[in-house]
Amino acid sequence: MQVELIEIRDHLSRFAPFDGLPDATLEQIAQQVEVGYFKAGSDILRYGEPIQELHYIRSGAVEIYRRNGELYNRLTEGEVFGQFGLLRGHKVRLPARAIEDSLIYFIPGQLFEQLCETHDAFADFVEAEGQSRLKSTQEPQGHASELMKVKVRKLVTRRTVSVPLGTSVLEAARVMTEHGVSSLVILGPPPSAAGSAGQGQAMAGITTDRDLRTRVLAEGLALDTPVDRVMSPNPITIQADDSVFEAMLCMLRHNIHHLPVVHRQRPVGVINLADIIKYESQSSLYLVNSIFNRQSVAELQALVPDLRATFLRLVNEQASAHMIGSAISGIGRSLTQRLLELAEEKLGPPPLPYCFMVLGSMARDEQLIVTDQDNALVLDNRFDPRVHDDYFRQLAEFVSDGLAACGYSYCKGGIMASNPKWRQPLRVWRGYFNQWIDQPNPETLLNSCIFFDLDSVYGEAELVENLKDLVAQKASSNPLFLASLARNALNRTPPLGFFRTFVMEKDGQQNNIINLKGRGTAPLTDLIRVHALAAGSKAQNSLERLDAIAATKLLTEEAITQLRYALEFLSIVRIRHQAMDLLEGREPDNYIEPEKVSASERHNLKSAFQVLSNAQKFLRFRYPGQLQNLPL
Amino acid sequence: MRRHSTGAPPDWPALFAQLAQAARDPRLARFYQAGTVSADTPLEQAPLLALDVETTGLDSRRDSIVSLGLVPFDLRRIRCREARYWVVKPACELSGQSVTFHHITHSDIQSAPRLDTVLEQLLTAMAGKLVVVHYRPIERGFLDQAVRQLLGEGLQFPVIDTMQLEARLHPRQRRPGWLRQLLGRQAVSIRLANSRLRYGLPPYQAHHALTDALATAELLQAQAARHYPPSTAVGNLWS
Repeated sequence: MQVELIEIRDHLSRFAPFDGLPDATLEQIAQQVEVGYFKAGSDILRYGEPIQELHYIRSGAVEIYRRNGELYNRLTEGEVFGQFGLLRGHKVRLPARAIEDSLIYFIPGQLFEQLCETHDAFADFVEAEGQSRLKSTQEPQGHASELMKVKVRKLVTRRTVSVPLGTSVLEAARVMTEHGVSSLVILGPPPSAAGSAGQGQAMAGITTDRDLRTRVLAEGLALDTPVDRVMSPNPITIQADDSVFEAMLCMLRHNIHHLPVVHRQRPVGVINLADIIKYESQSSLYLVNSIFNRQSVAELQALVPDLRATFLRLVNEQASAHMIGSAISGIGRSLTQRLLELAEEKLGPPPLPYCFMVLGSMARDEQLIVTDQDNALVLDNRFDPRVHDDYFRQLAEFVSDGLAACGYSYCKGGIMASNPKWRQPLRVWRGYFNQWIDQPNPETLLNSCIFFDLDSVYGEAELVENLKDLVAQKASSNPLFLASLARNALNRTPPLGFFRTFVMEKDGQQNNIINLKGRGTAPLTDLIRVHALAAGSKAQNSLERLDAIAATKLLTEEAITQLRYALEFLSIVRIRHQAMDLLEGREPDNYIEPEKVSASERHNLKSAFQVLSNAQKFLRFRYPGQLQNLPL
Repeated sequence: MRRHSTGAPPDWPALFAQLAQAARDPRLARFYQAGTVSADTPLEQAPLLALDVETTGLDSRRDSIVSLGLVPFDLRRIRCREARYWVVKPACELSGQSVTFHHITHSDIQSAPRLDTVLEQLLTAMAGKLVVVHYRPIERGFLDQAVRQLLGEGLQFPVIDTMQLEARLHPRQRRPGWLRQLLGRQAVSIRLANSRLRYGLPPYQAHHALTDALATAELLQAQAARHYPPSTAVGNLWS
């Protein structure tokens, strides 16, 4: 008689990656499983011990640790662990402990390997979970990740706001205001009685806040202009049952921020990029919430493992670099805000209005896990150092020390609010920026270019907005300043040789390495900053800066698309590499060894670096080195 | 041979040696010759076998076995690879009531073998193992009765009864029902599903012989993890 382990088979069949396996295979797994019970608090896997089986949690809860004892993940019913050790020399890499009474199914390693070989989805799943290799990014992975599974329609939270063709732009703007939306669908003529059987009206076009600004107001069109004239006709759309991931790719590919969702031909709603980012970071929201519940620096510090776990989870779920950067920056901003609240509780209310300003990657919303703090204080103009500075010095030191405790190491260049030079009233700050822009020289700009990525995180945001306005107004009309900035942006070149070979550096152990940040994302960000400032943009995020550049036609559409891809690719490789470091218990860094990446990925890396190289050539052409040749 | 149903457990290794001599059926003789662990064997070293039988009713003299499930294990691992499950043709009629319990119907047993055709496999699987059951009178009583009917001689073996271990932990259970009610105390259920709940073990569909055997094995692992150090002598647990 066939031995059927019904309970085991049925349970496996409900959880990924087993849910995609045929019944006969599940039967076979159930028959080979071993079962073990672990009391809460007992060790399941110890570091370095041999491991021969995939572990599946039938009931209970298990915590997975990094080698140094930091919490890495918390797993529960239906989740697997141990695959990372199985894929890497059959040694336990990430120790595991039962935190509740747990029943574990052990699936033999041989069977596990066989499943990986015969079922691609199974292999993809466990490899993604284990981060066994860097993955290429640009195309959908055929993965069962969250973003791929969730349908776009889930993000549509409100009915389509629409007007018929022929509506005036004034009326369109009124409808948008009334409904509080940033985009409006324009419906085509009603289907003829003899035509399609009542599927509702099809979409003729879409218009956005920005269209009304750039195509109506800036062009000086009359208010009774029909909206048909300024809408984007036949917009790119996505089907309601496409995945969120496809929607994201579609937006990135076409550089659009509003994407109408249609069911057959009929519009059912419009989603924007912020919706996707919000959706993706919802799972990190619990972390942000708990940040605001913490009552001391020590309590905030205790959240550091959660921050890393969030980072790893985002990577596992195939989030884009843009999303990960936004989520991690959001968490960093929340931490900073909470520290300022705690500081004010301790020191009393501030004697003057102030704004806590962040600089660099956090201001660009591109922060990753390895980062130091760059911040400053912009104070009200009534600031008198003898009277007020004692308060703000203590405030700045409290926040800076708190950030350092939470893993945001002190800025080596001293760009921190605790440095009196960067704790100044608005008028002094305006003086700084005026000087940097009016009397540029590459040497001083080298140290101050970080101030051109700025944003407020706490306090009177107007103080920082004032500075952003100043930069946006002055920078674009100062060719000398732009040329100096451009020259700095060319200091670091991509690691490509004459024949598209990698030019590598050596690390301490004489391994060939490539610095993905120093020779990839950082020069790319620098270059985008130059063009954005030239375009008079106030945007800080690199992708938003690319949008602003595109709007001025400063670069060709093709060049913009390529830069967008190159930035996303280099960032995601860097992110995945850091995730792998974390998983393997190393301190995450920015270096990869190209010998260790797959051939296809090497190819993609070269393409991305080539984009950077071409863009640098263009920058050199646009801002020639000999400053005296510039039209002054 | 007299059954030691109450009082101190017998000296099982000695009894097995004796029975090996006395058994007439070669299958039984081989089973007893394989012996059993000594009473001072630490629980962690004992080769265990969770066993469950489903029957047509509760009376071992009138009712008979319809299915058997077993799975070998030890304190660390339950080995599903070696699990066995048989549906057998009962000597008596299936009652409507028992069908609703174990979901084995008349048509299932039409093609099923008689117990004697699987007896050798069963005894081989049991040989040398310490049997673990939940509520020993059923497994012990029915197997003894069935073997007695087939071979004219009974079957004896030591068992660890997970239900009895639970009863030891919840002695209140032994008070008569009326007294418990008078004291207003909630009875602690020591049935398999309720006992499992106390150890955080998942609920299973009851009354499938193999599922119940697996459930019993998991329960003993959990009981040991909570209450009995691995060095506990099996003699303190068996009967």
